[in-house]
Amino acid sequence: MAKMPVTLTLNGMERAGFADPGQNLLEFLRRGLGDLSPKYGCGQGTCGACTVTIDGETQLACLVLAETTEGRTVGTAAGLANGAELDPLQTAFMDHFAAQCGYCTPGMLVSARALLDRNPKPTREDIIEAISGNLCRCTGYEPIIEAILAVSEGRTGP
Amino acid sequence: MALHRGRGFAAINYPIGMNLGGDPSQALVHSNPDGKFTVALSAIDLGQGMKSVTRQIAAETLGVPIADVYVDTADSDTGPHDMGSFASRGTHRMGNAVIMAAKEARSVMLEAAAEELEVDASDLVTDGKGNIHVRGAPSRTITTMAAAQAAQFKQGRTIAGRGIFLIPLSDVNPETGEMSPVTTFAHAALLVEVEVDDETGEVAVTDMQSAYEVGRALNPGLVEQQLRGGAWMGMSHAAWETTEPYYPDRDHGAVDFNHYLMPGPGDLAPHHISVLERPAADGPFGGKGPGEMCANPVLPAVVNAVYDAVGVRIDELPVTPEKVLRGIKAKGGARPRQAIQSASSAKQENF
Repeated sequence: MAKMPVTLTLNGMERAGFADPGQNLLEFLRRGLGDLSPKYGCGQGTCGACTVTIDGETQLACLVLAETTEGRTVGTAAGLANGAELDPLQTAFMDHFAAQCGYCTPGMLVSARALLDRNPKPTREDIIEAISGNLCRCTGYEPIIEAILAVSEGRTGP
Repeated sequence: MALHRGRGFAAINYPIGMNLGGDPSQALVHSNPDGKFTVALSAIDLGQGMKSVTRQIAAETLGVPIADVYVDTADSDTGPHDMGSFASRGTHRMGNAVIMAAKEARSVMLEAAAEELEVDASDLVTDGKGNIHVRGAPSRTITTMAAAQAAQFKQGRTIAGRGIFLIPLSDVNPETGEMSPVTTFAHAALLVEVEVDDETGEVAVTDMQSAYEVGRALNPGLVEQQLRGGAWMGMSHAAWETTEPYYPDRDHGAVDFNHYLMPGPGDLAPHHISVLERPAADGPFGGKGPGEMCANPVLPAVVNAVYDAVGVRIDELPVTPEKVLRGIKAKGGARPRQAIQSASSAKQENF
């Protein structure tokens, strides 16, 4: 089978590449377009490390066929910062020690950003619900919840 | 058809590092011509913060700003030898090696500065902000960058230091069996509360209170991060996780993420942490390290709490609903410890 040309908008920029037949979006983003921020954890939609947004909705890139994203808008953790200016969530994750090994962090950030975009004042329960598809081995989740709460309440610093 | 509450306690002594074969860590420190320092280590920072804490230790010992120190742990092929990041040994072993290496590098840096200032190196002090000056005469000063450049381009000195921390192999005394497998101990005590459902056998950890004694907490933020995440992992191993649920039989063992049970953010218990600091005499600036000790007390505490709640003594982890239900069935029903005690007056069972 021939490779399939795919053109999409990645973090605000139009990008194009050739997807292998049956290639999932995660591999296409990493190998095809060079965006290494979505991580491969389980490849079966359990861990959330590959969480991206497609047309604003959070999706697991390992479960999406690359060719189905033709013409759509994809967002990854690499698009959160504006140049050197970090997203407040990224700053809060540092201030609250919400990252250790860092493997879940890009997916966590994408889930958290999508939550705050649709609900700027989430409750603690809303946050838990929003990140319940993102597994973290290191932090025990509490620092991550605290970081997201801090951003939603406009608090800065540790 | 009822929830039973129970409370369990556990305390541990946790040895830092091991020397069943010797336990060395090496560090190499050198300055670059811009006066910034590189620390080369071969043990890996896998999120626990070893790069941060060895960077602090190097900056403090060298007397330079922390921003002027870079810790490179990139490559065990080319870096100095290290036993590795395990056994809670990072802060203690690598920290001590970094101090030794940084002291030697500092002394060369001061010699270079002394030659430029035409004074004796023993009269020089660092201000921690990138300057070296004569004690009592801050106007007689040179930046660490200027000292490094003089060493590199004028004096022909290498501002560098070698460090090793070695716990020699401890042989077992054949007469007494005595040996000295460890150097310093950290300590922890932890209290958990659980709710056990006697219909489903499910155990929910609802509260954790802990005190950890870690020597001096060299970076309190990192210490708390380790304790919080590690205790959660201990809770997870106590109540959820296993690769071989019917060990040693591999049946029903998890083969991927879909089958491996791990708690999520909705399964958190509040954890109240107290950090006790008793600086260790042989630790870098008194530090021991939290390491694996974060998780260890949680497992026995949960088992004790389940016993307290329903009278079932689980001796294989994790505490699965199946084991709890089988235990309750064998007892003819849940037998909360409080009820047992008041019935059999006074004689206390194992806590």
